[in-house]
Amino acid sequence: MTQLLTASNVDIYYGSKQAVKQVNLNVEKGSVNALIGPSGCGKTTFLRAINRMHDLTPGARVEGQILLDGQDIYSSGIDPVEVRRRVGMVFQKPNPFPTMSVFDNVVSGLKLAGMRDQRALMEIAERSLRGGALWDEVKDRLKSPATGLSGGQQQRLCIARALAVEPEILLMDEPTSALDPASTAKIEDLMTELKKVTTIIIVTHNMHQAARVSDTTSFFLNGDLVEHGQTDQIFTSPRDERTEAYVTGRFG
Amino acid sequence: MAVSHLTPQLTRGGLSRGRKSKNALMGVMIGLGTALVVAPLILIFGFLLIKGVGALNLDFFLKNPAPEGEAGGGWANAITGSLLILAMAAVLGVVVGVAGGIFLAEFPRHRLMPTIRMLSDVLSGIPAIVMGLVVYALVVKPMGHFSAMAGGIALGLLMVPIVVRTTEEVLKLVPLSVREAGLALGLPQWKVILSIVLPAASGGIITGLMLALARVAGEAAPLLFTAFGSNLVNLNPLQPTSALPLQIYIGATSAYDENQRLAQAGALLLITLIFVTSLLARFANRPRR
Repeated sequence: MTQLLTASNVDIYYGSKQAVKQVNLNVEKGSVNALIGPSGCGKTTFLRAINRMHDLTPGARVEGQILLDGQDIYSSGIDPVEVRRRVGMVFQKPNPFPTMSVFDNVVSGLKLAGMRDQRALMEIAERSLRGGALWDEVKDRLKSPATGLSGGQQQRLCIARALAVEPEILLMDEPTSALDPASTAKIEDLMTELKKVTTIIIVTHNMHQAARVSDTTSFFLNGDLVEHGQTDQIFTSPRDERTEAYVTGRFG
Repeated sequence: MAVSHLTPQLTRGGLSRGRKSKNALMGVMIGLGTALVVAPLILIFGFLLIKGVGALNLDFFLKNPAPEGEAGGGWANAITGSLLILAMAAVLGVVVGVAGGIFLAEFPRHRLMPTIRMLSDVLSGIPAIVMGLVVYALVVKPMGHFSAMAGGIALGLLMVPIVVRTTEEVLKLVPLSVREAGLALGLPQWKVILSIVLPAASGGIITGLMLALARVAGEAAPLLFTAFGSNLVNLNPLQPTSALPLQIYIGATSAYDENQRLAQAGALLLITLIFVTSLLARFANRPRR
């Protein structure tokens, strides 16, 4: 399998405080990769480094290399906008654009980038909403406000919106933590489908979720990547005793 | 009361002695305070309604002022002039004010931010008449004559700090997560601000704009040295133009009863316009479905 993303010796600081220490990680194309660990362990910080979201945070600094298809996304001359175009993100809380309809939300990444072809936009909207397992529920109300959808529907809308720009990697930051179990199950089912078209890196607090949906799992603790491996191995025969303690529920 | 049979000792005597009378006293004081706040508005509105409504006929809207001392005539010059001047002020206030508000809200770490914020605050404290003098020096003098445009610029500059402040406040209410979602789609920051954040805040911005308009609509001082006034309807932005506050000033200081009645009608119209604008502002700020 090809390595789509390679992080080497990544350090991330907030001011003088180091949040992520010397992380090395490979992500294969078409896989689902879970980042787990207790609160404050640096997993979300690491995730946000992959699409340069830290550029917006005052005092945040990323060192080391993150290669996307062999290209360092932090080298000078790289446009963060272009990086984010290729690496999409779904956030912890659903965040549809409040003034836009369902349709406009889904195609916003293309429409606001200048795409005008209505027929093509419609096709992309349908494909993306099917991709987000939302099409059947909203096909009759594409023009109504996105804020009228339920929380779970809004989150799937956000997934569809991210898919519409066809990202090579989709980052998911605890995408189901604000949702009820039924919506969570739908989104988990969705992930297995999504890896046919993209590569997923998901931060989750829910170890069962990591075990259910991911191919590889990385365990973070206090900013260190303690252990990375196939999900089966991490959950059944972890090599590090801290990993074992965490996955068996002894802390965190 | 539901709990009185359980705790009778808490309802009489002891600590609660005098509590009810204090409560009643406070209630009366708050009521009096409220009445004091509302009374001037009701008195002014009532006075103008009684005195001025008789002169608010069709002629008032369609005719220019009659020569001094003659009966009849209207305020068509002032009404059209105010609309013209306020339209120009609104354009200036929106363009500069919203841009400033975006700068303050969206680029809080820019090194010029504290300076701009302070200048905007100082600008809001500048007396209207001083703003008129500034525009006189910068616009009227070089042009060589008074104009509606100069009046629009003076009122527009008075609107700017109000619009800046409200724009900044409502933009800050748009959640950060919405901006992040836009950026995560690979959209440039300016696009995210203009196409996603600004529309989400549009209701509040329109409210701020309306309130700013209502605030400057009644200004006479800055127009004295800029729009100057005119006895004829003028729609040319480059010529001297009348406005409601200017005409009220002329009418109210006139020796003729007829002119004073027209001034009362004009004041009634101006206050009604300001009232309606404030109502519309509230309407625009209603939360979206």
